Amino acid sequence: MIVELGHFALVLALFTSLAQAGLPLWGASRRHLGLMEAGRGAAFASFALVAFAFAALINAYVTSDFSVLNVAENSHTDKPLLYQFTGVWGNHEGSMLLWVFILTLFGAAVAWFGDNLPPALRARVLAVQGMIGSGFLLFILLTSNPFLRQVPEPANGQGLNPILQDPGLAFHPPMLYLGYVGFSVAFSFAVAALIEGRVDAAWARWVRPWTLAAWCALTIGIAMGSWWAYYTLGWGGWWFWDPVENASLMPWLAGTALLHSAIVVEKRDALKSWTVLLAIITFSLSLVGTFLVRSGVLTSVHAFAVDPMRGTFILLLLLVAVGGSLTLYAVRAPALKGGGLFAPISREGALVLNNLLLSCAAATVFLGTLYPLFLDAVGGPKVSVGYPFFNRTFAPLMVPLLLAVAVGPLLAWKRGDLLGALQRLWVAFAAALAVILVGLYATSGGPVLAVLAFGLAAWVAVGTLTEWAERLRLFRASAHDSWRRARGLPRASWGMSCAHLGLAVAVCGFAGSAFEQERIDVMQPGSSLAIAGFTLAFQGMEEEQGPNYSADRGNFILRRDGATVAVMHPEKRFFPLQQMPTSKTAIHTNLLADFYLALGDPDGKGGWTVRAYWKPLVPLIWIGAVVMAFGGLLSLSDRRWRVGAAARARRAAPIAAPVGE
Amino acid sequence: MTRKRRRLYLVLGGLATLGVVSGLTLFALSDNINVFYSPTELHADGVRDGVRVRIGGLVENGSLVRESDGKTIAFRVTDGKTAVDVDYSGVIPDLFREGQGVMVEGKLARDGTFHAESVLAKHDEKYMPREVADALKKTGHWQETAAPVAVGAKE
Repeated sequence: MIVELGHFALVLALFTSLAQAGLPLWGASRRHLGLMEAGRGAAFASFALVAFAFAALINAYVTSDFSVLNVAENSHTDKPLLYQFTGVWGNHEGSMLLWVFILTLFGAAVAWFGDNLPPALRARVLAVQGMIGSGFLLFILLTSNPFLRQVPEPANGQGLNPILQDPGLAFHPPMLYLGYVGFSVAFSFAVAALIEGRVDAAWARWVRPWTLAAWCALTIGIAMGSWWAYYTLGWGGWWFWDPVENASLMPWLAGTALLHSAIVVEKRDALKSWTVLLAIITFSLSLVGTFLVRSGVLTSVHAFAVDPMRGTFILLLLLVAVGGSLTLYAVRAPALKGGGLFAPISREGALVLNNLLLSCAAATVFLGTLYPLFLDAVGGPKVSVGYPFFNRTFAPLMVPLLLAVAVGPLLAWKRGDLLGALQRLWVAFAAALAVILVGLYATSGGPVLAVLAFGLAAWVAVGTLTEWAERLRLFRASAHDSWRRARGLPRASWGMSCAHLGLAVAVCGFAGSAFEQERIDVMQPGSSLAIAGFTLAFQGMEEEQGPNYSADRGNFILRRDGATVAVMHPEKRFFPLQQMPTSKTAIHTNLLADFYLALGDPDGKGGWTVRAYWKPLVPLIWIGAVVMAFGGLLSLSDRRWRVGAAARARRAAPIAAPVGE
Repeated sequence: MTRKRRRLYLVLGGLATLGVVSGLTLFALSDNINVFYSPTELHADGVRDGVRVRIGGLVENGSLVRESDGKTIAFRVTDGKTAVDVDYSGVIPDLFREGQGVMVEGKLARDGTFHAESVLAKHDEKYMPREVADALKKTGHWQETAAPVAVGAKE
């Protein structure tokens, strides 16, 4: 019964979403306040209904209701409760429901927090959100309905893919979707602004926090996915330039650009047209990502099932959303008048450079990811684009970007003094040079590029700290004065410094992987191997029984200079239901380096293939990502999003809402 | 500086960057496109040795030889009609087994052996890489299965 109610709620949600798409738009054009306000109610209703449907599906999973086809295909009574719960989105239908759930969550959040928006703008934003929601609800109901029943009810389900039976499933998809779907708000704001023909500083103030929130979530989501792949696949890679990873990286790159260009709109009233375009592109790339992952055109662990109907439907949604918004852009963008002038060497100029490099990077990733699909579609040969392509195009674009990260914040708005900025960066330059020289000396004959990357990281980190110190007048004013300035410094400024430092930390992690050491060997119980100054002793294997698998568990002792560092237990698991083996790696970390251990196959004579890796600095990749996201959150907590925007809203009100309030 | 001239600089700067990026991209792309072949096509097309390609098919039953170092293996990839000798040294995926679908990336040596640099084995019983499935369908060695899913491993 609950399942039918969930199904019913989902159908109702389609209608409230349609109402949300239509009524406020009509109201805004007729300047009818009541109709505009209806959008808010519809947004709350859509959210409540989808939340109910989602809860109904979760209930079906947790109670193992195998009369529901989706549950029977993806769950099993032996599965631990956590995976019965997270398995809800470990399949196509459930993950699409999660997608729409988050979309309506954002719609309701705009309706809830949008008090300071002019009513007409809010109405239009909600309407665009409603259109996206309607499209995806229709998609779920027509092609991917998770509530379909089957008769007769099977005795048990088919279980969840063992690879997905991992705590990572609880966090990675929801965070990723919060990011993907969060960009829909920026998109809706952009389309609403195009309909109104007005983009100003206030608009940028409203867009920026939503973009920031989505960006933070996407950063964490991507980092978690990378970490999951790292510890689960058993050979310690953390980024594979896999099309599915690229699908999440593209909106991240465009979103990062958007984050920066919105600053220019807000502070200087320039780059308006470009920012609107970027907002459209960012969400379009999220949709492309959804299409790539969900349509089954790609071969990947994320592609749950292939159904041509689904691919066509998402492609259609994509065409309507991207085509429609770009057409609107072509018609209305010329009306967006450019504002403040600026010289090429200025803060604005630096942010333009940031945008240029990030969009180019997104474009190369886009090309490399979609080229094989394009070639296949026109009947060409089946090809794949190898990872060296991405390394060769992506890395050269990141070098000037990192160089600019330290300089940009030191330039003044409108007309900057490059020479002055560079002079103030002498400490950063000295630090980078020192790191490179020491690095080259210490790793003579080692990877030179990695050492240069460390130098870049030092440049970014010290440059960021220099800018921060200048703002506090550290060492130049009294300590008391600096403290007063630190307290007065806006959170957004703290956030920027923090995010840029996070970037430097992550770059160290990327470069550190060049120094990893690897040993693959067959080990007999009682034997040991030496790697990177450690001794790894193999004590033996024991059998272990998990809830829905059996495992061979290795006992290893990691020693350094005779002292025990860690006891490690990598496992080889076998899931009888799916007849599928998986590896469970053992990782010992001190947050600066990982010792990574995975089991291969037994040799049949008591020995086991063991893969041991020493991975210096690799944990910094994820620590850096967390620091970046934390910087985003700091910036999000800036009070100007709440205080300043309301003040401007009142000034903007006469144009946007001539109807009496 | 006038508004027009500033815009001109901005556009020129943008175009210059775009030009450099396009050049880089095309250069990198020309080197890194790996064409997929079935073993039959590999023989028929006369693929030059030293060109990086992907081949896919089934691991021929009885062909797998494991060296004692735990990372070097030799096997044959077949599409039912033709088979190719493959050798590989590196991380062997969990699901690599005889009789199962596999996709390998690497280069053909002069003696006709394929030196694999990475091995992708199919992901579970139901799933198989799409290219492998299509290749097997062509030679009639296809059994009905579901979606293509693969996890990979590299050296």
